[in-house]
Amino acid sequence: MMNVISQIFTWINNEILKMTWLSDLIQGLVENVFGLSLKERLGGSVHFFIYDTIKIFILLSVLIFLISYIQSYFPPERTKKILGNIKGIKGNILGALLGTITPFCSCSSIPIFIGFNAAGLPLGITFSFLISSPLVDLASLLILMSFFGAKIAIAYVVVGLILAVVGGTIIDKLGLEKYVEGYVKEIENVDVEVIELTRKDRISYSKQQVKDVFHKVWLYVLIGVGIGAAIHNWIPQSIIETVVGNNNPFAVLLATAVGIPMYADIFGTLPIAEALFQKGVGIGTVLSFMMAVTALSLPSIIMLSKVVKPKLLTIFVAIVVTGIVIIGYLFNAFSFMFV
Amino acid sequence: MIIKVLGSGCSNCKKLEENTRKAVEELGIEATIEKVTDFKKIMAYGVMKTPALVVDEKVQIMGRVPSADEIKKYL
Repeated sequence: MMNVISQIFTWINNEILKMTWLSDLIQGLVENVFGLSLKERLGGSVHFFIYDTIKIFILLSVLIFLISYIQSYFPPERTKKILGNIKGIKGNILGALLGTITPFCSCSSIPIFIGFNAAGLPLGITFSFLISSPLVDLASLLILMSFFGAKIAIAYVVVGLILAVVGGTIIDKLGLEKYVEGYVKEIENVDVEVIELTRKDRISYSKQQVKDVFHKVWLYVLIGVGIGAAIHNWIPQSIIETVVGNNNPFAVLLATAVGIPMYADIFGTLPIAEALFQKGVGIGTVLSFMMAVTALSLPSIIMLSKVVKPKLLTIFVAIVVTGIVIIGYLFNAFSFMFV
Repeated sequence: MIIKVLGSGCSNCKKLEENTRKAVEELGIEATIEKVTDFKKIMAYGVMKTPALVVDEKVQIMGRVPSADEIKKYL
């Protein structure tokens, strides 16, 4: 019985998430139609480029659709009501969990921050939400499974949630309420009735989300796959190992530092992360890179700077960066458990 | 009928306004369409994800951009 379950799971992992059939199909295309050998640089990178691009776009469409459907049940207005009555670390945990299923865009950071604050949510709970929201979501979980396997994907989610909970709790304990901008505290709480959507509404919303995300990220995906292909086939192993490989004790710091200013979607960074990982870069280094890209983006930091004073903003960024670096080193140290 | 489109200038907010105008036109009803961009006023409706559509002071649509046809059922 267990054998059957494990076989089914392996099938799902290989055929649906990793799409080995697609890789074989593209291999056929590259070898027989283009006449290039996969063992050569050109053939290898062409295969990588076509296969990864198609894989990401398929995953993107399916995942965004499914996740948006689920997320349509959890608009931030509902999250605010759910969190409104909970105090203490339970609130941080729930806030972090709800952050993962609430649709996030940096344009809603300000209203969400103000709204949660006005509803009386402790500052730390709001931050637990704001840390987990861009960092962890169902789409990244599934797509990480596809590229790195289930163990790493689940570990990433768990660790991301811990970072959100710990980060929020620290902010609570530091008592930084006075560093919230004055006008924010003057806004009164208004609860709006959350409108129930019909199934048709949800499907239309989910389709719209797929179109929107596609529009936003297709170029980043192509660039990301291009860089990934270059790493995969053109950049010598020795350079990669020296710069971000496990021989470099600062690899995690470097990966984090490079990732922070990058404003890209997880879909765009994945092919880069995948290529680096296949070249032997530590899993922790790779995850730190992806977390740094997704958790902190210039638009959302600019937005937050309008609602919190510089000191609180700096502490927030510092906590997240430190967390990412620690997670990176830990994953590298314990990589034997995952790889 | 007083219709308010809540949103501070992102492309989705403009699309909602366009689709709303189209819906009003096609239904041939009397309605004023007002754009609300001040986020304090937006938050006064309890809305946290824009764009949003308010019809006669009741929030009907939040955080998404339905087509003109879908908007008609709220007017």
